[in-house]
Amino acid sequence: MIPLSWYLIVAAALFCIGLYGVLARRNAVAMLMAVELMLNAVNINLVAFWRYSDPSHPGGIAWAIFVFTVAAAEAAVGLALIISIYRQRDSVITEELDILKY
Amino acid sequence: MEKMVTMQVIFIIVSAITLVAAVQVVTNRNLFHAALWMMFSFLGVAALYGLLEAGFLAATQLLVYIGAISILIIFAIMMTRRLMQTTESPYNAQWIGAGVAAVLTFAVILGVVLQVLPLDAGFAPSSANPAVAAAIEQNVVTLGRSFVSADQYVLPFELASVLLLAALVGSIIVARPDMEDKE
Repeated sequence: MIPLSWYLIVAAALFCIGLYGVLARRNAVAMLMAVELMLNAVNINLVAFWRYSDPSHPGGIAWAIFVFTVAAAEAAVGLALIISIYRQRDSVITEELDILKY
Repeated sequence: MEKMVTMQVIFIIVSAITLVAAVQVVTNRNLFHAALWMMFSFLGVAALYGLLEAGFLAATQLLVYIGAISILIIFAIMMTRRLMQTTESPYNAQWIGAGVAAVLTFAVILGVVLQVLPLDAGFAPSSANPAVAAAIEQNVVTLGRSFVSADQYVLPFELASVLLLAALVGSIIVARPDMEDKE
């Protein structure tokens, strides 16, 4: 079968790709998409540890389901904020959203 | 042995698809294409859940991420006009620093993982063992029981429903146009 470290390395790579996206993208929606990638990477770890430790204990998948829930709530609120900001400022480029600075 | 190598080849193909799609998500200039690549990446993650014998999670991934979240994001992309244009750079001024930070984070995690777990050790409890096979077959039942049993996850489960309700009401209020403008 597949060694545990392979899953952890793939999850780490996915997490770091998402991290790059969050830090480097200018567009707020693209940042949100990168956050979703990071959450998926965490979920891979949770499920891998569930399978590789004790499959009769549901802790790993239960937490993965909670991460799904929080990700869905986060996407809904985040996109609502982005649409609201777009209505007011006609832009979703993060560098142009600086009213909190002054 | 034959089956082992087959599973490893499948794993490598699936992870390569997931990671290439993820790179496209963060680098593609056209945001709509990036969203489609993101759906592809989620599909790869669902296949990884399948390889981990978590079929229920793979189905949930398809429904929640590909079915709901991706469609929500595509709606947001279509509702905001300037997102679709591809002429200006998709990156901000700190993209080099962001790349360095991402590579360093990956190097640290990789170092720790390889120190604790060698690449050729740490295998899952085999599903040829009847106890393990039964545990995997029953995992949806045990998961459902753990969500409603008082000594396990009943509090987070109920809080999750409150969180979803709050997110639903909150996003409607936030995204609704101002009432004064209409009158």
